[in-house]
Amino acid sequence: MNRTLNKPLADDLVRPLFNTSVWFYAVVLAAGTVVACGALAWGFQLWYGIGLSGKRWPTFWALYLTNFVFWIGISHAGTLISAILRLVNATWRRPVTRCAEVITVFALMIGAMFPIIHLGRPWLAFWLFPYPSAREIWPNFRSPLAWDFFAINTYLTGSVLFLFLPMIPDFALVRDRSTGWRRKVYGTLSFGWRGTTKQWNRLEMAMQIMAIAILPVAVSVHTIVSFDFSMANVPMWHSTIFGPYFVAGAIFSGIAGLIIAMAALRKALHLEHYLLPMHFENLGKLLLLMSILWAYFVFNERLTVWYGNEPHEMAVFWATQRGQYAPLYWTMVVGNFVLPMAILTNSKTRTILGCVIASCGVVVGMWLERFLIVVPSLTHKQLPYSWGTFSPTPVELFITAATFAAMLLLYTLFAKFVPIISIWELKAGDFVHAPQAGVVTADPHRIDAAPASSSPGAAS
Amino acid sequence: MKAIYGLYADPHVAQKAVNNLRAAGVTDADITVISSEPFEHFEFGHRDAKTAMPWIATAAGAVGLLLTYYLLGASQRSWPLITAGMPIAPNWTNLIIIFEMTMLSAIIATVITLLVTAGIPSRGGRMYDPEVSDGYILVGVENPADASKLEPALAIDGGRVKTT
Repeated sequence: MNRTLNKPLADDLVRPLFNTSVWFYAVVLAAGTVVACGALAWGFQLWYGIGLSGKRWPTFWALYLTNFVFWIGISHAGTLISAILRLVNATWRRPVTRCAEVITVFALMIGAMFPIIHLGRPWLAFWLFPYPSAREIWPNFRSPLAWDFFAINTYLTGSVLFLFLPMIPDFALVRDRSTGWRRKVYGTLSFGWRGTTKQWNRLEMAMQIMAIAILPVAVSVHTIVSFDFSMANVPMWHSTIFGPYFVAGAIFSGIAGLIIAMAALRKALHLEHYLLPMHFENLGKLLLLMSILWAYFVFNERLTVWYGNEPHEMAVFWATQRGQYAPLYWTMVVGNFVLPMAILTNSKTRTILGCVIASCGVVVGMWLERFLIVVPSLTHKQLPYSWGTFSPTPVELFITAATFAAMLLLYTLFAKFVPIISIWELKAGDFVHAPQAGVVTADPHRIDAAPASSSPGAAS
Repeated sequence: MKAIYGLYADPHVAQKAVNNLRAAGVTDADITVISSEPFEHFEFGHRDAKTAMPWIATAAGAVGLLLTYYLLGASQRSWPLITAGMPIAPNWTNLIIIFEMTMLSAIIATVITLLVTAGIPSRGGRMYDPEVSDGYILVGVENPADASKLEPALAIDGGRVKTT
């Protein structure tokens, strides 16, 4: 009996590594230019001083903290979702996991830069790191910022490993198909992987253990980010709901980011046979669920504040509901709730395009949510004499735009040098590529499947 | 290194080749199966499945927990910082860092165990065929006592036998 070999599948998925389209250079050039502008803006800030950012009394954190929380939230797209789907053995996850895990690593790297960008003298950033020093400065482990350091670094380390380990067999596959410098590079990255049964068993066991370990870490990261706010006695920050509220929001924005990234990859790398409408449909349903959950948390938070009627909290409440921040607040509500509800509740509009439109609304809405958590509270503290206003400066706006461009740039480069869909996981699932039919069919090699006859292109 | 191996497109045939090698007197430890994907539904895919990795990860997590608990408490008492009426070494806040370090220890121990037990990184020189990447399953024996005796066991159902 013959079985369909997976050569066409592997050929399809490693093709982007060997062929470069003009679009790749266009995207790298455009995104690289914006990143360079952002770096230049940061250079200006370093040269002329931190006053060039919008950081001034009473809003000492503004867009930088907004971006920090937003990108840490986006990072929940990957490892968390991938780990959940891996543990529940959802077979449809196989083409999705790597696309998602990459987002986590890059979003964490971008988010973790903001505490450094926020510093006036970033070359002294190591003063913040918890290590014994000769300066007799000992970090205060009771500070939420010290907790951030441990949580983000643990999550970043775990996520990089969680992403890298399943890439080793795919590097070996690319090694076997390469010549010259590529063979050397991929040979090194593949760690001499052969694919013995022992290696497969160890790898799968390691991924299971890491999925179990990384889940609570992912939840803890955004809970701890929320503690940056809720441990402070600032109006509408000192709330017990912030932990789960932030985690839900992070998963929400993460799924939206994942849908946008998958749609872009599908189009740019011609992955229509692998990233199927079914994947977007499932992620769309998850996005809808998270939208409802987000609305539930917002309602809880708002109702409690309104019912409590504390004057200093009500000042923030009304500033966002019908004051100067109301346009942003209601845009957030439309982006995070109205738009997803309108599009994703109807199976006819829950298409790839529909999911992407809803996701774009969510990304905008979640960025605004982070902004509305940070700025209105800082400009309306307990004593009215400390009230102020905030308007972003060009430096902040350039750096903010550069983070989005950096994500695009890093993602594009990654997809150029690494198979963006895990080839071995796709093979191991119940999928075999059938390009002639344009569909993915059940793998006939399973021991419990009926014997399959030789198909065109099958090797004997 | 001398080796004899067969390449099979069908995992059922690969399973048969493994069984034939066993029947020819080759021990399980001497049979190597190499593939480009895990074959969980086949008996040969479960060889070498036994591992202490979960226990090692758990033990490493416990060590990380105890070490962090000790180091945090010791450093806080050595450099006492009075903050907002909290104790010098408060368990509530320390628990956060202890948790992160526990999980990090478990994760790192898992990766080290994987690398050590899976024999990676390796410099090569072992039995391998690049056709494995095209989906073929390699079943073979490294440094066989008598390769000619094993050839009939591997030359089955269209399998291609190679020697090095």
